[in-house]
Parts: sequence; structure tokens; C-alpha cells
Amino acid sequence: MASDLTAPILDVLSASDSPILSSDAFPSDPSSKVKSSLDRLATRQMIEYEAIDKEIIALTPEGEEIANNGSHEAKVFDAVVKALDGLKIAELPTIVGKDNAKVGQGNAFKHGWIKKDKDLLRATRDSIVDVTREHLLTVQRTKSLDDTKAVADLKRRKLITLTKEITYKFTKGPKYAREFVKEETDLTGDMLINGSWKDIQFKPYNFNAKGALTPSGALHPLNKVRQEFRNIFFEMGFEEMPTNRFVETGFWNFDALFVPQQHPARDLQDTFYIADPLTADGPREDPADDPHCPKKTQDKPLDYKKYWDNVHDVHEKGAFGSIGYRYPWSADESLRLVLRTHTTSISAYMLHKLAANPRPARFFSIDRVFRNEAVDATHLAEFHQIEGVIADFGLTLGGLIGFMEVFFAKMNIHQLRFKPAYNPYTEPSMEIFGYHEGLGKWVEIGNSGMFRPEMLEAMGIPKGMQVYGWGLSLERPTMIKYGVSNIRELLGHKVDLNFIESNPAVRLEK
Amino acid sequence: MPTISVDKAALFKELGREYTTEEFDELCFEFGIELDEDTTDQDRPIVDGVQEPPQLKIEIPANRYDLLCIEGIQLMLNIFLGRKPLPEYKLSQPAELQEIIVKEDTTRIRPYVSGAILRGVKFDKARYESFIALQDKLHQNLARQRSLVAIGTHDLDTIKGPFTYEALPPKDIKFTPLNQTQEMDGEQLMTFYEALIYDSNRTVCSLPPIINGDHSKISMDTTNIFIEMTATDRTKLEIVNRMMVTMFSQYTSEPFTIEPVKIVSEHNNETRITPDIAPRVAQAEVSYINQCCGLDLSAAEISTLLKKMSFRAKPSTNNTDSIDVEIPPTRADVLHQCDIMEDVAIAYGFNKLPRSFPSKSGTIAQPLAINKLSDVIRIEAAMAGWSEVLPLILCSHDENFSWLNRKDDGNTAVRLANPKTTEFQIVRTSLLPGLLKTIRENKAHSLPMKIFEVSDVAFKDLSLERKSRNERHFAAAWYGRNSGFEIVHGLMDRVMAMLKSAFITGEETLDNPAMNDSSYYIKELDDPTYFPGHAASVHLRIGNKDIVVGSFGILHPTVLEKYDLKNPVSTLEINIEPFL
Repeated sequence: MASDLTAPILDVLSASDSPILSSDAFPSDPSSKVKSSLDRLATRQMIEYEAIDKEIIALTPEGEEIANNGSHEAKVFDAVVKALDGLKIAELPTIVGKDNAKVGQGNAFKHGWIKKDKDLLRATRDSIVDVTREHLLTVQRTKSLDDTKAVADLKRRKLITLTKEITYKFTKGPKYAREFVKEETDLTGDMLINGSWKDIQFKPYNFNAKGALTPSGALHPLNKVRQEFRNIFFEMGFEEMPTNRFVETGFWNFDALFVPQQHPARDLQDTFYIADPLTADGPREDPADDPHCPKKTQDKPLDYKKYWDNVHDVHEKGAFGSIGYRYPWSADESLRLVLRTHTTSISAYMLHKLAANPRPARFFSIDRVFRNEAVDATHLAEFHQIEGVIADFGLTLGGLIGFMEVFFAKMNIHQLRFKPAYNPYTEPSMEIFGYHEGLGKWVEIGNSGMFRPEMLEAMGIPKGMQVYGWGLSLERPTMIKYGVSNIRELLGHKVDLNFIESNPAVRLEK
Repeated sequence: MPTISVDKAALFKELGREYTTEEFDELCFEFGIELDEDTTDQDRPIVDGVQEPPQLKIEIPANRYDLLCIEGIQLMLNIFLGRKPLPEYKLSQPAELQEIIVKEDTTRIRPYVSGAILRGVKFDKARYESFIALQDKLHQNLARQRSLVAIGTHDLDTIKGPFTYEALPPKDIKFTPLNQTQEMDGEQLMTFYEALIYDSNRTVCSLPPIINGDHSKISMDTTNIFIEMTATDRTKLEIVNRMMVTMFSQYTSEPFTIEPVKIVSEHNNETRITPDIAPRVAQAEVSYINQCCGLDLSAAEISTLLKKMSFRAKPSTNNTDSIDVEIPPTRADVLHQCDIMEDVAIAYGFNKLPRSFPSKSGTIAQPLAINKLSDVIRIEAAMAGWSEVLPLILCSHDENFSWLNRKDDGNTAVRLANPKTTEFQIVRTSLLPGLLKTIRENKAHSLPMKIFEVSDVAFKDLSLERKSRNERHFAAAWYGRNSGFEIVHGLMDRVMAMLKSAFITGEETLDNPAMNDSSYYIKELDDPTYFPGHAASVHLRIGNKDIVVGSFGILHPTVLEKYDLKNPVSTLEINIEPFL
């Protein structure tokens, strides 16, 4: 290290047992350089040092000029004294210069050195002490000045500048040696083999720095939160639904869920319709070789035609105890293809399967859904829906509330309250609000309800079986949890890769 | 959900007390509407030198058309609070009914019409504005921008029945639209056959669905209001009529009394007296309500609770498990006894219901097989030092095809009908566009960039019910100073090894096949997506099949140019479903 001062410092100390000032020993070296060498020696206890903050006063070019040739006011006084019979005011600038005349005249008056006599200036005394110059000469000589008032005054007049200078006072330490022994940074295999580790001096480890950056892959933050939610569902006995199906029919996405065909959610403004392919088939048996569909058991066969007709009836005329929406239901509308607007379409598909053998069941899914929305900080055309479904006999609304308390407690949300709400396919419907300690307010955290009987009975689910459903987005709780304000920073190609790679592991219960 | 703005002072006067914002928020919460905003402490607009008084902005459930105006909100809250009973809505019995005679021609345009008259209405500015605003809200929401139902309101004293509802060619229609001074013929307004309502003097009252006539327009001084509604949806037509008359009959000289109108419509059997404001009588089961709510209430107790929700209810005389419920004309949302059950729960208080935990039945947790497989690959890729990304599933046609030097054969991609931007034209058939866009947006990141995704693409498949199928893919991309070809190749080998697939060259197996579930080999691939000579197809032998599952290679420089990438990129993309 060419610029290293380690050796010179040890050299200087060899001749002296008393402290040495770095400003004396190494006046031309920057203090940062001095310090790094002192640190190096100090960590090895070869020296000890302390830093001394000192204010250094320097002259500005103007201050330099005054120190050498006198102040403006002194020049004015001299000129006036020299003109024995008084000096014409108008002549002053030509004698002492314009700048001196202006500033110096004022100051000389202030000091009472000169006085005005009509158009003449006259001296009031024979000699003066040029205090300004005296001060500046002191500064020039010692880089300091004890008179703090004078320092302030000179600074204001821009004759001096003040800078902090750090100097170091260093002495020999307990392990002082004349020479700095070469150190090894690391223990190696060779040292172990040849035994040199016993004699080698090792460089002290810097415990204030981070370690070497470990090369690492990363899982996406949103998927990490998704995995937490999946774990919660698994802990509570839920089976994951086959949501790997982006394109849905109007039938499954809307009609089966008792969403009327004129519902605003079915507008072109809200739902992506498919131009190619254009038209779906009616509901029918899954292909035998589809690996994603639920395994067929010895259940009774499902009558898809009957289901289709039931849905038609319940919308158009009413059925299963419902008066229905009473409008002409269109089969064509039901066969339009859409990008699913919610994963509830898959819940409907799963509940219809359940009708073949009605039994207690718990289903969940977390997957992408699509809305034809204008994109802004909180809306994207795509997001993830978390959805849970519980089917059982004799379920109560209080049971749904009780279940939500356990479910949300697993993500450290302990205060819940429930607001009556509207949803075409659940009745009762409840919006779930959780108290957010950080925000100090109630935040809507999800929607829930019991599926409508006329929707379930149309599938063949028996009358005594109730089904809970609830949903929330994956993005919103993630954004709240991690203080992300723009959804585009969380999902999509504009997400910062550094954010993905540095986002900590997720434990929702923390 | 519609948001209704109501005058705070006026509403609290109707409710008989002042509320703090928190108190009113709590009342809304319990009732099932949502206080969005209280403008008391905000900068409110100044109109004609007068500052708008404080407003409450209240979000209304989309099926509660009876809460779309202050008249309805105050009434339903007062009933909920037990301060008012449900009004007895009555039809008056005038000596002679006003008639709307429907001509058969209207069948092909807007076949249904309904009407009502409000007599002796006392408007003031607030009531008049609310009357206009309710029509707007009904038009926007229930009537789907007037396509299903269109309302016309007229000063009955300026026109004379009987009215006719007919359809005429536009050139035969002479008409001054609302707030216009010039008479126009129908052709200047429309080009097709028009449905319209005439009075007996052949004055055009309105041209539904859009335009009302200027001649009979109502003002603040109007006292006798003739309401006509035309529709393509008969159910919603009657709902709209009931909402208009129940909400504003409170201002008639004889409160809550409505003068009916006779509709003469023989050709489609729609001759009738409108509006029908008789309550609908339905039965609800006590056991069902108790079971769903987890309560043990008597029929009488349930009936009392239902009063708070504007129902008249009493235990049935012939069945101890039944309650007779009169559903008032205001409650179009009640379709099934579950709707009545919900109102019992609301009246009782959702947050007071006894809480339990559904623990009778045990179920078995089960991940979806394809997701479990995906997780194996995701975790292996991340452990190998690659970072997971989540681009969007929708993309432009160019990004998916031409930018990758791929041709669209028309049988591959699912194409959207109504995207708002060209960013979302199709459902991706490859994960590459998303990976490449992610790299493009992250150029400030240190090199190399190593990213991957395990997610679905979708393909057209006309053999299926939904005419489409998803396919789970694994894709990775390297972006660095050098091509990274061997590194991407190595990632593929690693993932194959973790999926117990043995590498074979020709017939020679490098790994022990007995220890593996499948085997794979690669072959040089000539594909315009990739740089010539630096691409391979990936072949999987599994079961008795030999299938191409994907490919990898150095991307062709023309692809990089399209995606605005300055350094070489190697990519890998395989279909992982055969490993299921």
C-alpha cells in the first residue's frame, strides 16, 4: 500500500514516548488517510490515539490583502492625515480606490477617526491602531483568534473562513513494535498442513462490516404470502381446487352462481369476453383423461342437462323456494366465454361435483382472476383471489363468524366485526372488517357468506346442507403487511427484481 | 355499489337526533349500508354564493333500490330504529282511471309499459332534486342505462289522457325534446322505428328510452305527476314503478296514496292496473331461520325482529314452524326465505350472534397435484440461485408471436373481445414474453439476471366445454454479458434430475434409469426464436411415450431488439404436466 502511513507512524513514535500530533508529523496528508493507518495500528494495540477537533481559521483573498496592506478604514485615515488641510470628499476615491473609499469612510466615521467639515474630511487624531489588520495578522500567523466577537465580525465581513480540522494525538500502545508484521487474512489448508498457523499473525476481522454477499435465488414475495395462506388452509383441513382454468363459460362464472344476466358485473366494462374461441358448450362431464379434475368415485352420475335446466328455471321463473329474477334467460349468454372474474366459478364446479355424494367438504384456492378494469395504483386487470368453501349439514352464521376468527387469528388479526352486505350468490353476506393496530382503524379484509339455497339446490345439494364461502385478494393483505402502496410494485413485469430478492421470509402470524 | 349523497342535517332531522360521525357510521354498519364520507370538515363546493351543506355519502347494497334516495334511507333507518312503522301504501279509486293504450307495433321495440299518478305533490327544492336524482339512480343501476326500463315524468295538468303508446317511423314524429326550443322530427333524432307516448291531443310526451318531451316537463310547481315507464324487462319495470311511487307518495296530499293507471295492452295480455303495490306474502320456516342463525327464537320473536326490517310478519295459524311474512313493495330484493333469514340476523345483530366453530366434521387437506409439482420446481430453481417473477398472464399479440419470431396459426391463442388496451389482447401461450418484459423493466439490476416462473399458459382447445385449456409451464431466462446458454441448459438438467428424469444420449443412458421415473434427451432445434445452432428441443420419455416438452436456447438477436434488450439472453421453457 503505497499511500499507507503505518510505517511512518511507527517510525515517528520510535523516537518519542510522548504524544505526537498528526498535524505536526504529517501536515500534508489528509486526515482520512491518517486515520485509516492509525485505526489499523490501534486495532492491534500497537498505538493509542485520540482525535482532536480544531477550528481552523483561514484568510479569504480580501482578508489576505488587508493583513498585508491595512484595512479600508486605515487607508482612508492615512489619506486624510496626509492631506494636512483636510481632504475633499470627492477626491477620496481617486486616492484610495473606489472600494476602499466606500467601506473605509463608513468604518472610519464609526471608529471616530475622521469627521466631516463641509466638503472636507479631517482626522480627529494623529494615529490609530488598525485593529482589523492586527486580528487578521494573528490569524495569518496562528490560524486562530481568541476573540470570539472579532471572529464573528471578520466572518461576517467575509475576511476569514472557518473550517473544522481533525488532528490526531497518538502515542505508543501496549504492543508497540518498530515494524508492522505482515498478517494473513485467512486460515488456509496449507497452513494446517505445514503448521505455520501457529506462528502466523492474523489480521483482525472487521466485526462492523457485513459478510460477503451470498449468491441466492428468491421466491416471489406474493407467492411467499400465498404459501402462508395455503398452509393455513392445509392446517384447517382444506383441499385445493383445480383452478388451472382461466377461460370460463358465462354459465359457471355467472349463471350457476345466480348472477342475473343483466348484472353490471357481466358488462363489457367489467368482464373480459373471449372473441376466439367464441362459444362454449353447455356443462358436461369432464374428459376422462384430464389429470386435474377431481377423481371420480362411485358417486351417482351427475345429470348436467337437469342442472342446466334448473339454472335456467331459477333465473327465469324461480324454483327451489325462490321467486327468481323473472327475466327471459338466454342460453347464448350463458355460453359466452369469459376470462373468469373470480375463482368462485371453480367453487360452483366443485360444489356441483359434491352433489353426487353430498358430504362435509372444505375446499380452497388461490389463483389469478381477471377484471377489465382501468389500471391504477390499487387495480390491475389481474390479481389473485383467495377463496375458501365449507360444506356441511347444519352450519350456522355464528359458525362462519367463529371460523373467520380462527382463520384470521392465524395471520395475527384478532379483532373482527361483520357488516351485512350484498352478493348475488350468498345470503346472508358479510363483509369482514379487521382492526389494524398499525393504521388504528377498521379495514375491510374480506367477504363471506352462505351460498344461496336456490343456487345449491339447483346443483342437487340437499336442502339441509349449508355452504360457507369467503374470499379476499392476495394482493391487498400483502400490500398492507409490507407497506406497498402500488399494486404494480407487487405483481407484473414492472416489479423491481431487487425487491423480490431482498424481501424477507413471511410468517403471517408475526 | 351505488353511493348516495344525502343532506346530513335533513337526514338527522328525520331521524330525530344528531349523530356523531362515529355513531352514524356504527348505525350504518349494523344496518348494512356504509358511510363512505362525511363532508362536514371538508372544502365543500360553493354554488351561486352558497356553500353546499354537509353531506353524508352512503354506499348502498346494489339490490336495495329502496335506499337510493333520502326518502328511502330515512324511512328504512327509522323503521330499523323502531321510530316509525312501515307506511300503509294505498291505491286511490278515482272515478275514471287514466289509461295508456298500447299499440301492438311497440312489441318489437320496447314491449312493456307501466304508469302511475301522484296527486297533490308538494315539492320544495330538495324534494324536487331528490325526485330527479332517484330517476337517474334507477336508470343507471337497475335499468342498465335505460336499456331495460326508461322513466318519463310529466306534469299531468299540461297533458290529457287517454295516452297511447305506439311505434312510428321517425319522419312521422314531431317533437320538442326536453329543454329544447325547436321542434324536430324523429329522423333528426333517430333513424329507426321509434316507440313514443302521445296524449289525447297528439302531444308527444316522450320518446323512450332517452328523451322526454319539453311540453309536459315537470317543475317545482308541478303538483300532479304522471309517471310512465317503458321497458324490455317486465319484472324490473314493475320494480321501478314501485320504487318511484313508494318513495314519493309521502309528499302527496293524501300521504302514501297513489292513483293507479290502467294499461290497455290486449295483444300481449298485459292489460292491467299499475302499479301493483300489494305486499307479497311468503312463508318462512322458523326452524330454518333458527338453524342458520344459530338461535332459538319463537315465531313471535322472529316476527318482532322482522318488523325492524320493514316486514309485517306473524306466526302462521296452521303451521307452528311457519311465519307469514308480508314483503312490502319496497323490498324487491327478497327472493327466497334465505333473504328473510338474513334480515332476522341483521335485526338481531350479526355481531351479537352466538359464535361457534364448525368442528363436527373432519376433512382431509390435499394440495392440488399440479401445484405441488410446481412447488418442487419453484423451490429447486430458487435453491439453484434463480429469482422467481410473476408477470401478467395477458399480453399483446405481438409480444406472444411476432416479437418471438413466431407465427399465429389461428388455432393456438385465446383472444379477448373487449380489452381496454393493446397490452391485453390475448392469453399468453408462452411464459417468455413476461420474463423478457421483466428483464426490460429491470435494466438497473446487476448482471447477470437469472429469473424464472412456474405458471399457466392457455391454449384454444375446441374439444373441451370451455374451448380452452391451461397448461403449466416452467420457464427461465438468463440475461448477462455472455449468452448463458450452458447455464440455462444446466438449470434444465438440475430440474430434470430433481424430477427423477435420467439423461440419455441416443440410446446410451448417463444416469441410472432404474432409479428414475423417466428419461430425457435433447436435440438441436431449428427455430426462428433462437440463434441458429444454439437451441435444442427437450424430449421426455415417460410411460411408453416420447414427447417434446419444450426447448431452450440463445434468443435470436431480432427478438432481443423487439424487447429492447442489449445483452444476450438464453431461455428455457417446458411443459411440466407430463411429470404429474
